[in-house]
Amino acid sequence: MSGGHGHGHSLYRVGDSPVHRLPAHVKVLALLAFVLVVVATPREQYWAFGVYALLLAGVAGVAAVPAGVIVRRMVVEVPFVVFALLMPIVSQGPRVDVLGLSLSEHGLLTGWNILAKGTLGVVASILLAATTSERGLLLGLQKLRVPDRLVEIASFMIRYADVVAADMRRMRIARESRGFEARHLGHVRVVAQGAGALFVRSYERGERVHLAMLSRGYAGAMPLTSVAAATRTDWLRAAALPLAAAVVALTAVLA
Amino acid sequence: MHVPDGFLNAPTSVATGAVAAAGVAIALRKAQGELDERTAPLAGLTAAFVFAVQMLNFPVGVGTSGHLMGGALAAVLVGPWTAVLCLSVVLLVQGLLFADGGLTALGTNISLIGITTVVVGWVVTRAVLAVLPKRPASVVPASAVGALISVPVAALVFVLLFAFGGEASLSLGALTASMLGWHTLIGIGEAVITGLTVSAVVAVRPDLVHAARGLRPALQLKQADGTLAPAPAPEPEPVGAASRGSVKPLLIGGGVVALALAGIVSFFASSNPDGLEYVAEGEGFLDRARDHAFGDFALADYGEVGGIPVGVAGILGVAVVVAVGVVLFRLVAGKSRPAGAAAGSRQENAVR
Repeated sequence: MSGGHGHGHSLYRVGDSPVHRLPAHVKVLALLAFVLVVVATPREQYWAFGVYALLLAGVAGVAAVPAGVIVRRMVVEVPFVVFALLMPIVSQGPRVDVLGLSLSEHGLLTGWNILAKGTLGVVASILLAATTSERGLLLGLQKLRVPDRLVEIASFMIRYADVVAADMRRMRIARESRGFEARHLGHVRVVAQGAGALFVRSYERGERVHLAMLSRGYAGAMPLTSVAAATRTDWLRAAALPLAAAVVALTAVLA
Repeated sequence: MHVPDGFLNAPTSVATGAVAAAGVAIALRKAQGELDERTAPLAGLTAAFVFAVQMLNFPVGVGTSGHLMGGALAAVLVGPWTAVLCLSVVLLVQGLLFADGGLTALGTNISLIGITTVVVGWVVTRAVLAVLPKRPASVVPASAVGALISVPVAALVFVLLFAFGGEASLSLGALTASMLGWHTLIGIGEAVITGLTVSAVVAVRPDLVHAARGLRPALQLKQADGTLAPAPAPEPEPVGAASRGSVKPLLIGGGVVALALAGIVSFFASSNPDGLEYVAEGEGFLDRARDHAFGDFALADYGEVGGIPVGVAGILGVAVVVAVGVVLFRLVAGKSRPAGAAAGSRQENAVR
């Protein structure tokens, strides 16, 4: 939960790579399988995580997503990097001396584990978001049998997140142009009143949106406008990443 | 508070995924009762609101700032089931589009932030409302208490998950203490903002605050001779689902909280009297884990061996408490509910 939210349109990088062309639901499943394999890999097999990183770098290369974009979006993992760095200090067990610090051996391993697996997961998700349009992702979720109602809520949320955020920005500008600046905890009341007003505005907008939908013939379900079908080739291409990862994981477990 | 990939081992992640799926499935069915066919746009906009409000930072101290998680707030504003849906969708979108919270940890995140904070926030709010005077303004302190308690309880559930499937050998006591300490502080912030936000909404559109339904006084009309008389009942609404579903969330939610607490309390009971032995066991386990290809699963075993027998006793205790609670609840509900709730909600529909 960091400041990176609210720039919905900049997440997807328009492109026409083989990764971009894969149907979204195939990509989501491939990502899920990949991350599961990563999480199940024993942490002592350090080389395996290097191979996973190379695999992801390969996908990024094919999808033509620049490394700079990925690194910039990795800011979201800062909170748990801090946690991972704390692990060697607060964990129990036999200790080793590193640079004059007494660190827990097991804590070092744990910190590494969280850092490696978490980072791989974050990078994989960034790749998915960078190569899949939001509309495609929603259709993919629908294809994956996520309940229609949930997909509808998600689509309304994505559609209106920017609108609501802009509403909030206008309220902030209005506050600041009247000389207000949240400087200490005592100002929380003003900010919270803004949040309350924002809720009323959002909810009323929802009511208006619903009326607009009704007047355009909404009868309880959104029509499905396009169906992205996946061919056998799509599945095979998408399976390349998790399969390669599974081979690595098997080797790591048997080693 | 978003849990990333690799924090909990694969079996725990899958288990919490199942819990999350079941919770969302129940919420999907129940939310119809809260918002009828308007669910999609209204829940969608509320999700966008929660998403936006999580960006709303406020300064906490030197250089640090906090922000709202919004579980209790959403529950109070739109009702618990819709709130579960909103928070789950926010987490889903954050995980898929913003890489915020791991994909394998999505179930964990939904269980903790989407379900635990919402259900605890709602149950506590209702409980506090039951003892406060029946007017809309009572929702403000009630929601603040709900938010205050929801955050540390979610932290405790996280500690419990960590005890079963965590990828670290932290001392549970220390982890519990630090998680509780931090999250009580966070909870205070959450309580202040939730209370103030709810009070702002109650002041403008009390009919929008789900928890305040049925708390508004019946409409009184001034007669020609100056006396007050209750307004004639409006025509029955075609959709009269507003006052439904207030008993079950309380029961289910209370059960979940009680079970979670029972698990944690039993952990305290088993580990605290003999901290030294606990540490020794932990180290003995370490030696074993290093030979073992799947260290993670060994840790899961360890948690079960230590926790289950005590946990069963705890669960039995909870069952007794729940039985007593149900009887009490029936008694209280029998006294206050029928007239007030039904009439109140109809008034609210008329106002809207």
